[in-house]
Amino acid sequence: MKMYLAVLRLRLNMGMQYRAAALAGVATQFFWGFIIIMVFEAFYEHAAQTPPISLKELIQYIWLQQAFLVFVMMWFRDNELFDLITSGNIAYELCRPSGLYGFWYAKLLAQRLSSALLRCFPILIVAYLLPEPYNLEPPPSIWAFLLFLSALLLGLLLLVAISMFLYISVFITLSPMGSLLVFGVLSEFFAGLVIPVPLMPVWLQKIAYVLPFRWTADFPFRVYSGHIPEQDAIIGILVQLSYLTVLVWMGRKALNGVLKKVVVQGG
Amino acid sequence: MKLYFKYLSIHFKSQMQYRTSFWLLSIGQFFIPFSIFVGLYFLFERFGQIKGWQFFEVALCFAVIHMAFSLSECFARGFDMFSSLVVKGEFDRLLVRPRSTFVQVLGSKFEFTRVGRLLQSVIVLVWALSNLPIEWSTIKAITLALMIVSGVFIFTGIYMLAATMCFWTVQGLEVASIFTDGGREMAQYPLNIYQKWVARFFTYVIPFGTVNYLPLQYILGKGDGNELIHMLTPVLGSLFILPCFLVWQFGVRHYRSTGS
Repeated sequence: MKMYLAVLRLRLNMGMQYRAAALAGVATQFFWGFIIIMVFEAFYEHAAQTPPISLKELIQYIWLQQAFLVFVMMWFRDNELFDLITSGNIAYELCRPSGLYGFWYAKLLAQRLSSALLRCFPILIVAYLLPEPYNLEPPPSIWAFLLFLSALLLGLLLLVAISMFLYISVFITLSPMGSLLVFGVLSEFFAGLVIPVPLMPVWLQKIAYVLPFRWTADFPFRVYSGHIPEQDAIIGILVQLSYLTVLVWMGRKALNGVLKKVVVQGG
Repeated sequence: MKLYFKYLSIHFKSQMQYRTSFWLLSIGQFFIPFSIFVGLYFLFERFGQIKGWQFFEVALCFAVIHMAFSLSECFARGFDMFSSLVVKGEFDRLLVRPRSTFVQVLGSKFEFTRVGRLLQSVIVLVWALSNLPIEWSTIKAITLALMIVSGVFIFTGIYMLAATMCFWTVQGLEVASIFTDGGREMAQYPLNIYQKWVARFFTYVIPFGTVNYLPLQYILGKGDGNELIHMLTPVLGSLFILPCFLVWQFGVRHYRSTGS
């Protein structure tokens, strides 16, 4: 455990080096957030029937989405790991006296965490200071906030567990592009990045609720705005926990499976 | 010009060497805007309209801008990837050749896999057009073609500006993606749904408004006023590339090699 924490800390420090890049990213996400909010504002203006999520809640949703974008995006990836797998340098990794799954998990977790820590605060702070109706509001109660925090953290752990499958699949396909695309498009769509889950048609919502993707991002953001009441949020967190256990267990099994078959050519 | 086509055919042949990879990537490129379009469809299913614009009208807007974007990403990829030329110091090699830097940078890279993205927007375009009650005339057809062409010019202009910045910063700047990716995202809806200042900025500074909103009003028979002016707005928009070209020339003169 101590070793994994050390990997985590090392990677966090490394990620923090790229401050200028993070700032540029913040500017982009701000612009993006504004555009999306304005589009939805225009949609809501003449809505025939009351939409299932209010504009106010939706704005919270979008700002949180922008602030924690790295917690949603599959595209955010570690090319180093892909290179390790395709070039055969994986042999070095296998020599390390530690489980590969835990090692990579800590690495990927730290990358997302450091990037999010750099990006989320400027976005959140400025979003709080924006004029009505664009501003981000504090959550309805301290309980909602605590639930949001735990849901967000569990969501992150869950996302990393999902993304591990991406790396495992590269052992079989040897080219990351294909799986990246499938994972990227599907997960982002079902995590509510293209349109928020509550605005999807009912039949699609049912699919989204079954898949693990919406628990990574959609769920915590709706807990924050109070769109999901506190009792449901507690049940939701239990669902997240069970998904996490199952996915980590499956990921370990799958990784051990492909590692048994791995062939490292010399050179 | 002959040189440009030479570049084009060489790159095409080299990318065709990896045929499976090419097709897979193209299919992938098809699905990225597809998921966005599906999202758009569902939003209209729920809300019905957006500030008086119907689904197929917005779909037309979407198709035009995505087509322009994919074409420019295919043909102006050299400028998009320009920072790698500067970082590696390969731009020096281009400078000693007796040809314009513009053509050479443009020819340094093509992304033919964008054909998937293009196909997706063509399908949307056809679908939207066949569902819209438009009385076609030659002028309207020309306007539509001009919209796409000048959209390509505008995106290329932005790529050039971003590339010029590399002369000073060496590394590519992510900020430019506000205007390329962000511009694409924004211009897929008619501009009048946004706040006034956004609409003004993207009409007069970066003229996305001239390639979708203004001529679209004319094609759909929504606007009033002179036909000719509406037809010519995309042409005005494509003038955007001229200052970009001048800035590029200015940047080339101030180029200092990284020496590597």
